[in-house]
Order: sequence, then structure tokens, then C-alpha cells
Amino acid sequence: MSGDLRMALVGQPNCGKSTVFNMLTGARQYVANYPGVTVDVKKGKFRVGEKTVEVVDLPGTYSLTSYSAEEMVTRDYVLNEAPDLVLNVADTSNLKRSLYLTFQLLEMGAPLIVNLNMTDVAEGHGLLVDGRALAAELGVPVVETVANRNRGDEAVRKAISEGERRSSSFRVDYGSLEPFLEKAEKSLRALFPGKSYPWRWIAVKLFEEDEAVRRTIVDAGEPGLALLEEVDTLATSFEMAEGADSRSHIGLARHTCATALEQRVSRRTRPSGKTWTDRIDAVAVNRFLGPLLLLGIIYALYELSIVQGYKLTEYLVPWLNRLRIAIEGTLPPSGFLEEPLLREFTLDLVTAVNSMLIYVPIFLVLFAAIAVLEDVGYMPRMAFILDRLFRRFGLHGQSTLPLILGGVFVGGCAVPGVMATRVIADERARLATILVVPLMNCLAKVPLYTLLLGIYFADTAGAMMVFISTITLIAALGVAKVLTLTVLRNRPSSPFVMEMPPYHLPTLRGIVIRSLERTWLFLRKIATVIVVVAAGVFVLTHYPSPSPEVLQGLAIRADEAKVTFRAAVAETPFAASLADDGTLDRYLNLQESLRQFRMLGTAKATIDERLTAEAPDVAPLVIGSDPAVKTLDRAFRTLRGTRLELQRELSSERLNASVLGRMGQAMEPMTRPAGFTWKVNVALLSSLAAKESSVATLGVLYRPQGDDANKTLGERMQEQERGFTPLHALALMVFMAFYPPCIATILMVKVESRRWKWALLALGYPILLGFACAALVFTGGSALGLSGTRAALVFYGVLLFVTFLLGLIPGRAPETEKASKRIASVTEQEASPR
Amino acid sequence: MTLDEVRPGGRVRIRRNGAPGSVGQRLMDMGFHRGVELQVVRNAPLVDPVEFLMDGQHVSLRHEEARFVEVEAL
Repeated sequence: MSGDLRMALVGQPNCGKSTVFNMLTGARQYVANYPGVTVDVKKGKFRVGEKTVEVVDLPGTYSLTSYSAEEMVTRDYVLNEAPDLVLNVADTSNLKRSLYLTFQLLEMGAPLIVNLNMTDVAEGHGLLVDGRALAAELGVPVVETVANRNRGDEAVRKAISEGERRSSSFRVDYGSLEPFLEKAEKSLRALFPGKSYPWRWIAVKLFEEDEAVRRTIVDAGEPGLALLEEVDTLATSFEMAEGADSRSHIGLARHTCATALEQRVSRRTRPSGKTWTDRIDAVAVNRFLGPLLLLGIIYALYELSIVQGYKLTEYLVPWLNRLRIAIEGTLPPSGFLEEPLLREFTLDLVTAVNSMLIYVPIFLVLFAAIAVLEDVGYMPRMAFILDRLFRRFGLHGQSTLPLILGGVFVGGCAVPGVMATRVIADERARLATILVVPLMNCLAKVPLYTLLLGIYFADTAGAMMVFISTITLIAALGVAKVLTLTVLRNRPSSPFVMEMPPYHLPTLRGIVIRSLERTWLFLRKIATVIVVVAAGVFVLTHYPSPSPEVLQGLAIRADEAKVTFRAAVAETPFAASLADDGTLDRYLNLQESLRQFRMLGTAKATIDERLTAEAPDVAPLVIGSDPAVKTLDRAFRTLRGTRLELQRELSSERLNASVLGRMGQAMEPMTRPAGFTWKVNVALLSSLAAKESSVATLGVLYRPQGDDANKTLGERMQEQERGFTPLHALALMVFMAFYPPCIATILMVKVESRRWKWALLALGYPILLGFACAALVFTGGSALGLSGTRAALVFYGVLLFVTFLLGLIPGRAPETEKASKRIASVTEQEASPR
Repeated sequence: MTLDEVRPGGRVRIRRNGAPGSVGQRLMDMGFHRGVELQVVRNAPLVDPVEFLMDGQHVSLRHEEARFVEVEAL
């Protein structure tokens, strides 16, 4: 459409670009994934007069080289998508460095509007920038904003609506390199006749040894190679003459030009003294106070999101139950013993989806808290404090947050943890972090811990919880190191060079938008998969069916129960109508509905109304005022007990006969060194889809026998597995601690690492590691005759020692290693075409 | 002298940014050029990385990266 405009937002990190984006678009924005790379690109729309402006928020970059995905995405967009407008957001308080990027955009011929943002911060530092003077110098419009206070919104819109963009005649003076650039430019024009590219920019890029641009030239074939050779010869002669390589010369020229320009368009009202940021940092990254503050912040993050967020889920639970009941109402009613397949299947799916939705409040709070930390500017400080420790193990200072989210202490979630690895600038450390985040203790591992600790380590439960939460971190460091030394050896690693931006007060809108957006992203990515996986698990746990004899035996017992029930109610006036099996089933189902309504706390009048509407003929038997209803209720309770027992037995038989159950049995000889029985195997297998279900499956397997229906699962397990010792439990907990990630996490690993092989590795190594450790604990512990607590201590020591040794292995710094080689080979390569 | 040898509190001027590849580019983009003056603010609690103040902005580097930057004391 002719009235529409496409605009790109470009700026350096921490320049307040996203606040400008929020100011312009309000809530009309969404995250778009850039194909092939894990760089978020946000899009939004807003209106300026008659025109609709579609704006793309490109990743923040200091420069436009081809060294990082962010820079490539930004550069390619500006160059290839040719937006009608590029809004270059600049941090006014750091104008000199911002101009460094502005110059490159101008060189690319981008239709620029320069947006001086955060002018209030600059003024606070005693720096006044004259926007008009800057506009005159650069030859492009300049607008001033304080986006986090919505100041300057109108000015930006006005600049956008004002007519055509002329290309600027501004040029950075590259001094003694200019004649060389001209030569290269001429050759380029000759190589691509009739094309209109920003030739000067390409020429500069060639002298900067930009790999991506070089490749484009190589693609032009023989003449391209010849041109590169010419440029290399020119670069060598320049280096000979100047005593500096052309790349540093270009950087310095831009810097000098920016310094001079800043001086011309700005003035200092007073010398820059100590800023608030300096004062805060004196504490926040102080040698002693810094780590303490960090611990405090991590603790607050936990308390807020996991503990308080968990309380919020209590408000959500009734709603999810209502949803489930509403869906149940539309399904074919349940039979006495067996549920119709459609009903069982659908309810399984609903349970799976609900078990994920339950985390939404936690995520909302967690993501909001993280957004606050990000916007305040604390993240780089966190990386600064911990980098040394993590680097020893192949991780990065920026790995801190993902690990915390994954659950360094007990109770995190690997999905946001893996998502948060995006900020890690170093590709190798990022992959290592992605792969070890799932080792952390996610919320779903907790139920099994609590179950086992309650039974076997009741006296030392607190200490054992510390044991569990720290072995995972220790193991994660060790694993990260091993991965870095092996499979990740050849992954690119990048420098740490990190800005410590000034602290900012976050805006409420920015926080809310980000929190909602990330939660939504999580739900969208995971929801569909959860359904598919739940369907798969349903099949694996239901087929093949138990033998007909087993089913028949259960059916006979069901009939006996019905006979007993009918005998008990023979004297009531309802006996005749309940003689029919169909009516009996409907009566039973209506009783279940009544229970559910009561659980939800529905008012009696409403219940009566609903039940009467549901089954007018049977309703009087459930809610009627006839004294015989009491007799009926009593008989019903006995029947219900028997029915539940039979149903439990049926599901247990189902599981035993199913593919998963058979696998668990077949694996028993293999898992014996770890002390796992086949029931444990089945529980562990069924948790592959979602670890929460481990306890539920155990509940089905250790079903109440005879009169112990009222006993807890813990008591039943203890009785039915008399051979089980604390050592068994410890091995099981160790395995659970290293349990492979859930499907949602594996999928997220695939998304973030872009390769299925990493996702498969993330799935595979924890099984081996977990099993090896469990076997070590159980077999080793048994051989040495250690008690559960002793074995835990010994295992802890061994793991700590191994990780400590791994930490001593020197890591490779690829850049610095390759550096010397590269310098040597550059001269060689100058002579020969690449 | 190289930048990694400068103690916290020390003020220096850059003589040459000799870092190759992406380290060099990144340092340049952050403003590590010949003639620029900077101050070593502090080491991290575990000594590495180290924080610098230059042109009013704070930048942190690891010592192994700072090693590439040749400086002279002011």
C-alpha cells in the first residue's frame, strides 16, 4: 500500500531503543523470529496521520560488522529489506560512541532519522547536545526524546511524517586511506556495472576484512577474486606506509570524527563528576558486598517468583478444575469399570495441559522480576561478579541467570532457563549453558524428593535437600567443562568485552509487556507439543491391553459389587429403577458430579438445579428428600470404594501390560546395579513426558491392597517394598536429580541451539550420567556397607573432587590462540586468492 | 606495558589495540583506540574480569583480552 511506511529501529545496546519502540507502538507489537537465527526481532504498528507505519525493532548492536548474529541481522535488514526509514536511537549521554554506529548507517545509505534519546540523563551528567546543529552537520533530521517518560513522542511522529528522505552528504574522513578507498570503489563499480550499491561502504568493509562482504565478492566469480586480490595488495601497501592495519585505521578515523563532531554540537555545563551509577557500583560490585548483594537478589528472586508465585497458583487451581469439569460434562459418561476411550483420552490431555498452565502465574512473576533486573542494568554486574568462577568450567558470567531460572536451589524451570541463554554473547559458553541448565532442580523433580525424603530420610531431610540442590550445580559445572573440552571444542567463542551501562529506573509498561510476551512465547511454543506427547504417552501406557482373563476377572468382581449394592437397597422404593445397569451407571455418575460441585463450593440451590437438569429421572435418588436416600447414600459409599479399587487395579494391570510397563520389566536386570525395581523403572519411564507424573505413577503401581486404602503412598511403598533401604532411595533421588529434561525443555533446547543433535545430547547424557551415578551410589554403597546418609556424603565428596580437578584443566581461549596464527597467515594469504 | 598489568586506580593512555579478530573489533567498537585515555576502576571480586572507565562509560574485560592493549602510564 502506498500510504504505508516500513521503518527499522536501530541502536546500540542500552540506548533505550525498546522504550522508544514501546512509546511509538503502545501494545500493538509482537515478537517475530528471524529465520535461522536465535535473534528476537519485534514488530509493531502505529499510525502517523494518514499513514500506517510498520516498525521493526532490530537487535541492539555497537557496530555493523559480521562478527555476531545480531550485527548481521541488523545489517542485512537495513541493506536488503530497504526500509523506507531507519530510526537510529542514540544514547545522548554517550553521543560519541553512538555516532560510531550512526556513521556506519549513513555510509550504508540508510534513510536515517537520528533520535537523541535519554537527553535527561545526558543533562544530569552535564552534557547539552544541540540537536539542530547535529542535524545540520549530519544532513539528516534529528529528534530529541526521553522515551521512558513519553517525552518527544510527537517530535518523532512529526519527523516520520515529514516528506521524502534525502540521502546525506556527510562523510567520515578516512584520511590517508581515502585514495585506497577510491581505487577499490572504482573497481567495484566496474565489477557490478549498472548496480547501485553503497559502494563506499562496501569498499570500507573490504578494508575492514569483513568476511560476509568478502564472500559476496567471491560469489561474483573470477573477477571478484581478482578484485579481492587488488584490495589485499592495497591494504598491504597501506599498512607498509602507515605502520597500522587498515581496520584499526578505519576505527580510529570514525572515533576521531565522532569526537570532533561531539565537541562541535555539544557543550558541558559542568565537568562530569561521580554519577549515581558510580556510587551504586561502589557497593554492587564491591569485592565483599557485591557477592552478598548478589545472593540477596537471587534469594529475593526465588522468594518472589517460586514461593509467592506458587501461592498465586492456588487461585488458578479452582479455575483449571472448573475447566476440566466443564470439559468432562461434554464427554460420554463413564462406565462402571471402564471409561470410554474418548473420555479417558481427552481427560488425559486436559490434565497434561493443565499441569503446564499451572505454572503460568510463576512465569508471569518470574519474567517480570527478570525484566526489572534487566532494565535496571544489574545483569552485566552479575556477569562481572561470577565470570571468573564460571569461565573455569567453560561457562560465562552471563550463565548465572539461566542457571538460577533452571533451579540452582530447588524449584525452577528449565524452559525459561534455556530461553534466557540468549543473552550469552559467547556461542560456546551459550551451548554449554543450554546443555547443563536441565540438570538444575526444576519444580517437577520436587514431589519425588519430598516423597522419598519423607519415608527414608525423615531425620535428615533438610540436609539432604541441600545435598540434592548442590550436587546438581556441582555436576553441572563438571559436565559443562567436559562438554567444552569435547563436543563443544570447536564452537566459536567470543570476547567478554561488556559494557556496564548506567543504572536506570525501569518503566512499568516495559516490564508488563515483556513479562506477558515471554510467558506467551513459552505457552505457544510448548502447548502443541504437550498435547502430542500426552497422546503418545497415552498410547504407550494403554496398549497392548491386559489379557481377557484379567479383564474378565475384574468384570466379575464389579458385578459382585453391584449385586451387594442392590441387596443393600432392595428395601428402598428405588430398588426397581436401579435394577437396570444403565440407570445405575447414571446414578453413580450423578453422585460424582455432586461431589465435584461440593468440592468447588457451589451453592446447594445451584447444585440441585444443575443435577435435575442433567438427569431428571435419577436426580431424586441423589438429592431427593425421601428418607430412603440416606440408605442409598450409605450403600453408594461402599460401592464407590470397591469401584475405585477395581479401577485402580485395572489401570495398574493396563500399565503392566502396556509397552511402557513391559519395558520397565525388561529393564530390571539392567537397572539392578542402581537398585531400581521394575515399578520404579516404569515410574521413571513414564516421567519422560513430564516428571510431575513420577509420583502419580508410583501411586498407581503401589496401589492400596486390602484394607490399607487410607494409607499414604509413602506408607504403601514402604510396606510393599520391604527390601527398600535409604540407599535405594538415595540412588533413586540421584537419578532423578540428573533426570533427562522434559519434552518441553528438549524442544526449547532445539529452538535455542538450532540443532536436533544438541537436543538429543541434552536428552541422552543425563540418562547415562544419572544411571552411572545411581549405580555408583547403590552398588558402591552396598559394597562398603554404607548407610544412606553416609553414602550421600561420600558421593558428594567424590563429585566435588572430580569437578574441582576438571576446573583445574586450563580452558582454551580460541580467539587468542588463533590470533597469532591468523596474523601470520594474513600475510601469506595476501599473495594468494582465497 | 599492557592494559592487564595496570592496577585498579591507574590511569593510562592507549598506544595500540593489538587484539585480532572479533576481540579487536569489539574493543574498537567500545572505543579502545590509539590515544584514548582510560582509568582502571576495579577488579571483580574474583580478580577477573576488570572494569575500566573511558569517556564516561564503563566497560569490563577479562585480563586475557586486556593483554592485547598496549598502554602508557599517565
